[in-house]
Amino acid sequence: MANDLPSEFDVIVIGTGLPESIIAAACSRSGQRVLHVDSRSYYGGNWASFSFSGLLSWIKEYEESTDTLNESPAWQERILESEEAIVLSRKDRTIQHIEVFCYASQDMCEDVEETGALKKNHASVTSVNYTEASDSACLPTEDESLSTLSFEIPAEQTTSSNPESAPEGNYAEATEEKENHCSDKTCVQATSENVPTAENTGEQPRENIITYSQIVKEGRRFNIDLVSKLLYSRGLLIDLLIKSNISRYAEFKNITRILSFREGRVEQVPCSRADVFNSKQLTMVEKRMLMKFLTFCMEYEEHPEEYKGFEEITFSEYLKTQKLTPNLQYFVLHSIAMTSEATSTTLDGLKATKNFLHCLGRYGNTPFLFPLYGQGELPQCFCRMCAVFGGIYCLRHSVQCLVVDKDSRKCKAIVDQFGQRIIANHFIVEDSYFSEDTCSNIQYRQISRAVLITDRSVLKTDSDQQISILTVPESEPGTFAVRVIELCSSTMTCMKGTYLVHMTCTSSKTAREDLEPVVQKLFAPYTKKEIENEEVDKPRLLWALYFNMRDSSNISRNSYNGLSSNVYVCSGPDCHLGNDNAVKQAEALFQQICPSEDFCPPPPNPEDIVLDGDSLQPEALESDSMLHTNSETHKESPYLRSPVEPSE
Amino acid sequence: MHGRLKVKTSEEQAEAKRLEREQKLKLYLQATQAVFQKRQAGELDESVLELTSQILGANPDFATLWNCRREVIQQLETQKSPEELAALVKAELRFLESCLRVNPKSYGTWHHRCWLLSRLPEPNWAQELELCARFLEVDERNFHCWDYRRFVAAQAAVPPAEELAFTDSLITQNFSNYSSWHYRSCLLPQLHPQPDSGPHGRLPEDVLLKELELVQNAFFTDPNDQSAWFYHRWLLGRADPQDALRCVHVSRDEACLTVSFSRPLLVGSGMETLLLMIDGSPLAVEWRTPDGRNRPNHIWLCNLPTASLNDQLPQHTFRVIWTAGDAQKECVLLKGRQEGWYRDSATDEQLFRCELSVEKSTVLQSELESCKELQELEPENKWCLLTIILLMRALDPLLYEKETLQYFQTLKAVDPMRAAYLDDLRSKFLLENSVLKMEYADVRVLHLAHKDLTVLCHLEQLLLVTHLDLSHNRLQVLPPALAALRCLEVLQANDNAIESLDGVTNLPRLRELLLCNNRLQQPTALQPLASCSKLGLLHLQGNPLCQAAGISEQLAELLPLVSSILT
Repeated sequence: MANDLPSEFDVIVIGTGLPESIIAAACSRSGQRVLHVDSRSYYGGNWASFSFSGLLSWIKEYEESTDTLNESPAWQERILESEEAIVLSRKDRTIQHIEVFCYASQDMCEDVEETGALKKNHASVTSVNYTEASDSACLPTEDESLSTLSFEIPAEQTTSSNPESAPEGNYAEATEEKENHCSDKTCVQATSENVPTAENTGEQPRENIITYSQIVKEGRRFNIDLVSKLLYSRGLLIDLLIKSNISRYAEFKNITRILSFREGRVEQVPCSRADVFNSKQLTMVEKRMLMKFLTFCMEYEEHPEEYKGFEEITFSEYLKTQKLTPNLQYFVLHSIAMTSEATSTTLDGLKATKNFLHCLGRYGNTPFLFPLYGQGELPQCFCRMCAVFGGIYCLRHSVQCLVVDKDSRKCKAIVDQFGQRIIANHFIVEDSYFSEDTCSNIQYRQISRAVLITDRSVLKTDSDQQISILTVPESEPGTFAVRVIELCSSTMTCMKGTYLVHMTCTSSKTAREDLEPVVQKLFAPYTKKEIENEEVDKPRLLWALYFNMRDSSNISRNSYNGLSSNVYVCSGPDCHLGNDNAVKQAEALFQQICPSEDFCPPPPNPEDIVLDGDSLQPEALESDSMLHTNSETHKESPYLRSPVEPSE
Repeated sequence: MHGRLKVKTSEEQAEAKRLEREQKLKLYLQATQAVFQKRQAGELDESVLELTSQILGANPDFATLWNCRREVIQQLETQKSPEELAALVKAELRFLESCLRVNPKSYGTWHHRCWLLSRLPEPNWAQELELCARFLEVDERNFHCWDYRRFVAAQAAVPPAEELAFTDSLITQNFSNYSSWHYRSCLLPQLHPQPDSGPHGRLPEDVLLKELELVQNAFFTDPNDQSAWFYHRWLLGRADPQDALRCVHVSRDEACLTVSFSRPLLVGSGMETLLLMIDGSPLAVEWRTPDGRNRPNHIWLCNLPTASLNDQLPQHTFRVIWTAGDAQKECVLLKGRQEGWYRDSATDEQLFRCELSVEKSTVLQSELESCKELQELEPENKWCLLTIILLMRALDPLLYEKETLQYFQTLKAVDPMRAAYLDDLRSKFLLENSVLKMEYADVRVLHLAHKDLTVLCHLEQLLLVTHLDLSHNRLQVLPPALAALRCLEVLQANDNAIESLDGVTNLPRLRELLLCNNRLQQPTALQPLASCSKLGLLHLQGNPLCQAAGISEQLAELLPLVSSILT
């Protein structure tokens, strides 16, 4: 079976995180033969999103922490005398300190199943992928494979009482559902088809009491991100999605509000013109002060006299010199600039504020977009583009080592888990794939993460479908501000009646130690009895997960031991809100690999494609005509629209 | 290479595009021609609908084709069964919507929709409102759609409160929306009708205060947004002043009666009727304007028969009745007097406060305070400065005179583009203040020298003035309206930039006219003066025309009655 894979490529990409996927798409788009592999059973690596049961499996995998040393043919046999090997790691060491807490009532029967769903698992989808990859060179989303799978799934459901035993096809199945939403022009319909099931089950008690078994049962409504990020409306990633026309593979929603947490109270931050106009909490004069300051920030570079002499001090000190009430200073510092009180300079703050304002109004009254179905969609969009242009995909396909020529010090090939040797010119490897030997000199920082399922929003308003971002400033020196993103069910990341809350900060201790104080400020643990006190006003926690993730961004390539010049390192997710790091990294590496090529240019119009015989894959053509219909009806980024709007 | 696409070159692409366009144009022209032929032949059938829909679908702004469609639909109405017609209308509505999506600002398309809807026996207005809401969501400032919405709301008798809530929601999204503010100004008076006695179009104070707060939110958020300021001005402004007869004046010498009105009107046959009663009995007279032109004017006058001015009687009573304006005034000419008059006092009636006038001055006062607060934060905001000036005038023009002038100076500096407008406005306010001062002093002499005036206005208020000093200003003309000053004896206008004297005409009492140091170029510019029969002294030193050879002779010939002309 392994022999089915071609033995020669231009570029081999190991890891399907966002930067790797962007590079894969860019290389494939400019005509390179790309092999894209991931040892995991899902796309995205640490950028992935999971259904609830998927997340439970993910947790289990790390808790078991067994080395998955299955019987692979020894790579040593595949190495020549004149060569040496860089052995890759077999174990992911990027996640630590996983802690899970369940607050929701568990008294119902223990072994509830996720409706219509299956666990992420590590069995033999590889075979499906393989046949796919070799004969169509496309993502495992073709009708053919789907029909195979859909025969199998019902059988699984009825017979299997233990969800862990479901052996097949989950990933491909889930992807298919998403792909349908994304590639189909009538996304709105597709979305709404999905919702009624949740609504119509009618099993939610009126009192809005959600039990653990309900969460498990509705587990497929969840798409839980491992990294919690948003897209700046004018950030590099949006520009790239639009430029490359990859935006058509995804749908986005505008974040609806920016919140602040001050003196124990959550309130909405007026940041757009309309917000300021409508705000009831600001006085008339404050409205003017805020607008005036923000207007200045929009073009602060043109008025250096306004901040001259303040460059050396912190932004928070600078704000005190401006005509701003303490209230407004707090908003600007923590919720708009989102900069550190203690360390950010005036220029950092002005730059961040300008960036925030610059992004306002492009797609709505806040500067951020969130991809429906979770951040994990984004790497897949790029992978899809890569596949459309001929890239070959293999999940659950690990690489044992990189083969380096002793004389030239260049990397020549990989040896995969089946012992197959595959030649290529360029090798892109995500940080987590390197062995401890390779990384022995590196001091990694850590990201602290919490994922919470709650029963109501941290700030109730008329609409229960709000997507909010809240920054809780550092409580004491040496700690870091905590970023809170609360997602509602219409983002397709959690079940109806619940909210999915992501917390992120740079680690100073373990994730739970870092984040629990903030969790306690904002939420109360779920209890069965309504206690007659103020605590009841807080949203209640149903379920919580804490973990630390390795932050491999900003690590100099020279820190890795013994890498050949044609081995390029991609970092895992960073701690920032936006995705600029990933895009910058991908573009820089792409420029090294293909120095004269355009980075992800838009695909050509099908009309302009010259057909001569068999030079073209039928899949590519089909996708391209689909693309054309889209680009005609929408001028810019067709899917960067809120799906709740009626389509015109 | 594997997977690499071959793509047409840009020349090939351009050529393909060109051919496509050529083909499109050909089809377009063919279809247009076919429609016109059929129309000429009177073949108004469904095929015309089909042809025009092809063209209008691509270019909805082809007004003639919409006319064709109307003709066809009218024709079909007489031929089709009700069911067929219903289907036709449904298709037409769908087609219209598709055209609106091509161009949401197409006059012809919106008009056609209006036309169609008003012909339907049972129009579905709810559906139309929904359509408007959808289009306004895409572009909340599409005034075509706003117009249509008002049409629909009126036809469907949508309660004003609902429409007001709709404007609320759009203003919340983006308050830079003239249409939305304007709609409020139409809906609020409907929602809160004032008792008949009160001025029309005004709001009760609680509503007014709420609106003021809303609009303040807007201009504190963005003081450069005009729409909010315009609405603010509407809130503080008042409806047109009531029609009134301001002044009646009788002169024995000239045997003439003069009337001044609150607005320009056209008196005469078929127009406004003005009745004159002398000592209780009606008298038919011929009304004319001071400048002799039969155009709407504030001032109308008539000659009186000598019998009515008989000096033997102790007094004569003149009553003027303006029937349409529901107003009348009476004045008395006493024995031994040359003239008699009656007039409304500018001070009593607050004639000059019509820019802004809310009944409660406390509201104005608090508005002035918030504007001053805003002005401190935004010293250079022209809208704020102008509003402060207007508020000050509405509160007390004389008390705030000095401050107002300072604000004018700032305003001119920050808004040099409108310097001339501001000069004129300032002139108007200064003139108003001078008239008020004159009345307080109870004199008929008006001093307007050294005031930097650029324009003369309110001249109809100066019917009784005998001495007018306009020296040392920046006036370029003495406008036709000056002819209203029927009692004027001395006019000083030295040191201006006057080029034209159109208004110095038919002034029966004018004796002295001082025009030194102006810009009179040609003797012909003095032609109007010939009609002032009492003019005896004319000073023209320092005018360009004085340089011309033989000027004295020319002037003597032009103005034979003027005894003393100094050049």
